Amino acid sequence: MYRSAVYDEPFLNEISKIIDTKSKPISEIPKSLQKTDNIKLPDLDETQIARHYHHLSQMNYGIDSGFYPLGSCTMKYNPKICETISSWDKFSGTHPYQDPSTVQGNLKILFELERMLCEITGMDFFSLQPAAGAQGEFLGMLLTRAYHENKGENNRTEVILPDTSHGTNPASVTMAGFNLIEIESTKEGMVDLEILEKTVSEKTACFMLTNPNTLGIFESDITEIQKIVHKAGALLYYDGANMNAIMGKTRPGDMGFDIVHLNLHKTFSTPHGGGGPGSGPVGVKIKLEKFLPIPRIGRTEDEKYIFDYDAPKSIGKIKNFYGNFSVLLKAYIYIQMMGSDGLKNASEIAVLNSNYMKNKIVDSGKYEMPYKNLRKHEFVLSCEKLRKEKNIRAMDVAKRLLDYGLHPPTIYFPLIVKEALMIEPTESESKTELDKFVESLISIADEDPEILKKSPVNTPIGRVDEVNATKNPILNWNMI
Amino acid sequence: MKFIPNSSEKNKMLKEMKIKNIDYLFADIPSNIKIKKLDLPKGLSQQETEKKLRGIANNNKSYNDILSFIGGGIKPHYIPSIVKSIISRSEFYTAYTPYQSEASQGFLQAMFEYQSMIADLTGMDIANASLYDGGTALSEAALMCVRIKRKKSFIIPENISWEKKSILSNYLKGPDIKIVEVPYDKKTGKVDVKELEDIIDGNVAGVYIENPNFFGVFEDNVNKISNIAKENGSLFVVGVDPISLGVIKKPGDYNADIVIGEGRALGNPVDYGGSSLGLFSCKQEFLRQMPGRVIGMTNDNNGKRAFCMALQTREQHIRRGRATSNICTNEGLCALASACYLSWYGSQGFEKLSKINFENGQKLSKELNLIKGFKRKFESIHFNEFVIQTSTDVRELNKKLLKNNIQGGLILDKHYPDLKNCMLFGITELHCEEDIKKISSVLKEVMS
Repeated sequence: MYRSAVYDEPFLNEISKIIDTKSKPISEIPKSLQKTDNIKLPDLDETQIARHYHHLSQMNYGIDSGFYPLGSCTMKYNPKICETISSWDKFSGTHPYQDPSTVQGNLKILFELERMLCEITGMDFFSLQPAAGAQGEFLGMLLTRAYHENKGENNRTEVILPDTSHGTNPASVTMAGFNLIEIESTKEGMVDLEILEKTVSEKTACFMLTNPNTLGIFESDITEIQKIVHKAGALLYYDGANMNAIMGKTRPGDMGFDIVHLNLHKTFSTPHGGGGPGSGPVGVKIKLEKFLPIPRIGRTEDEKYIFDYDAPKSIGKIKNFYGNFSVLLKAYIYIQMMGSDGLKNASEIAVLNSNYMKNKIVDSGKYEMPYKNLRKHEFVLSCEKLRKEKNIRAMDVAKRLLDYGLHPPTIYFPLIVKEALMIEPTESESKTELDKFVESLISIADEDPEILKKSPVNTPIGRVDEVNATKNPILNWNMI
Repeated sequence: MKFIPNSSEKNKMLKEMKIKNIDYLFADIPSNIKIKKLDLPKGLSQQETEKKLRGIANNNKSYNDILSFIGGGIKPHYIPSIVKSIISRSEFYTAYTPYQSEASQGFLQAMFEYQSMIADLTGMDIANASLYDGGTALSEAALMCVRIKRKKSFIIPENISWEKKSILSNYLKGPDIKIVEVPYDKKTGKVDVKELEDIIDGNVAGVYIENPNFFGVFEDNVNKISNIAKENGSLFVVGVDPISLGVIKKPGDYNADIVIGEGRALGNPVDYGGSSLGLFSCKQEFLRQMPGRVIGMTNDNNGKRAFCMALQTREQHIRRGRATSNICTNEGLCALASACYLSWYGSQGFEKLSKINFENGQKLSKELNLIKGFKRKFESIHFNEFVIQTSTDVRELNKKLLKNNIQGGLILDKHYPDLKNCMLFGITELHCEEDIKKISSVLKEVMS
């Protein structure tokens, strides 16, 4: 049975009392800026710091700890060599403004990564600047506006999304100042062509789509979708969060998408870091090239790499410098190792693993799976039957999985599935691990609901009162 | 390379699933959009990869290979070994966003501690668990001012980095917020307070300044600027270089409402400009308008101390189109590095570090100011960056320095036409007396 390490780990400022430095003011500092209050950082010995964080790390679950099937998050293994190489000071110790002749290695990596991402997605050009998927989406919206305004079509103020879209999609749309229109999916969990056709107009700027969608279903009508969208004069945006399903099989560029973002921290194996740093490069078709952020990276005839700032129609910048370079470097290394066949194999096995699990769970009859049968890299189950029969909620199942030493899937998303469990195994898991998860999920359905309600019990703490954290926010140790 | 265990189990699994071949699983992709193969090179072994990357890396020069004095708001600092050791623990770096609190207590507590230290360092009540970088943190602060004040313009100094300016204008385009620039005093390099008084009116949601500013200069008229902002019903936003906070007042002590900054300097390598770390802290009254993830303390079902993501109802995964920001993935691991870094230095160590940066800045500017044809551009106290005006073509000068294996200052005239032949120099605690002597002697030679 799984047991997590448990520590009643004190705060840094409880391990060692904060010493008031009472430091003398520095006479050269302007009077109005002389310190009135000293900084209050804990003063610790390095041993104490090492133990503190060691203890904390043991109360944290990562992909190296075990199975992590968070839907739409693509928690695949993070090869160690990427960490090693990216920490070489020849990379990590380079300054973004140093003379380009002294960082030709960096520029080569950025240049080649752009070309490789173009090939993988079927797009013409890439920008590596966005720091995460959501920022990629935001950039996509800026490019959309620039494109339409350049054509004099300033009245295109609406962006359409299916009701299965990721939460960042609508948030990015409104942040960029567009009006949001959500359309209902069909009974098969796909884009409703009739509704889409009725919704597009001369006011439509863009239609955003994830394919395969968040139910894990491939939108087979994509050719019809792109025709409807383009006929209306709008652009088609690809949310690449689910790219891990289709590498080497099909490409957003070939499907007719105009703008694509990728999440390198998903499909291209760079670590999530407990929330970041990530990277969300954006690819476009040639008609949008001139609006891409600056600088662009070029290569001269004598194989020198250069920055090109000469782009009068460019939207400018969305992030300092050239994006999260250390993350870009890791993705570059990953693609080098995988190669063409490796990437294809990754997608094939990711989809195989997902369908293998889905079949076994659905066959057990314990959970239902609304919508179509064939799935790509992820699938969405419903605990609605368990809720009706035994008052077991998706939340209860998720928390009980923790007691089995397994990370739960994404829950309560997408919103169109009641009591949703969204499972994405990725290609990183062995058959044994998949079987173990399936068996655990099935056995949980038969457990006494009381046990589930009290779960988890094998984690460092029991079920957390999240409502209280919002009602009575305590956000740092000074607020206690 | 072996990362995909079921590559060898494929046929067995397909058989169990009663499927003939893997293509069946992709039968829902129409044939007109299917591809045969990606045109990419064959995969390399781990050993081959390392060799190839070694070759590429050798075309780079790091700050260990070249003596660098380039500024521009980003410079390498010393990173204690403990930082790398801790952020390399894979329980931390291979974890996702802590949606499942019970399996993420370690990271959550570390972020709670990070928020505590950033709030204290900036003199604010609360801090979030990071944004992408300094530029987007400024943009989010401006958007927050607009949400709170419901006014449609935002004042920034003319002399913030051009990159930040561009980022800000992109983030403010959608909601149609006007950016108004207040000029800097050409003598001092500081915000021209009189101009600010003339420009500001009742329609301004926020006033932004940087301390030290992009020219390295300390803005010492902060009390006046703060009052001007408040009198006109605007919020006061301050951008910081966190390393400077060991020698100067916390922005909270001169009445800032929101503090932002590039936090990368706290324990993270320069990494060619990214990963980065957006610092964001503010007064408690603005809590529910804050962007980004924030970690809170609560209890578990046994009354034990516990941590989780708090106020999630502001965020995109709950509120979708009405969220305070679209941010999801942030810079968690960089924030962890910062927390570890700050606790390693402690109050005294951090103040000392800050002081060395200040003193090295003074030493270098004094030394360069003595060189014929070199003059400090602004007659103000500066931190660890400063502008030098030269009597020569700075592009040629940098080329000559490069021949001596020195990276000179950042050339400014492209974005600040007033600053012809000016360079922004930067120095940190990594430089020693000898380094200062070296650049000074090479410059003397080059200028003579």
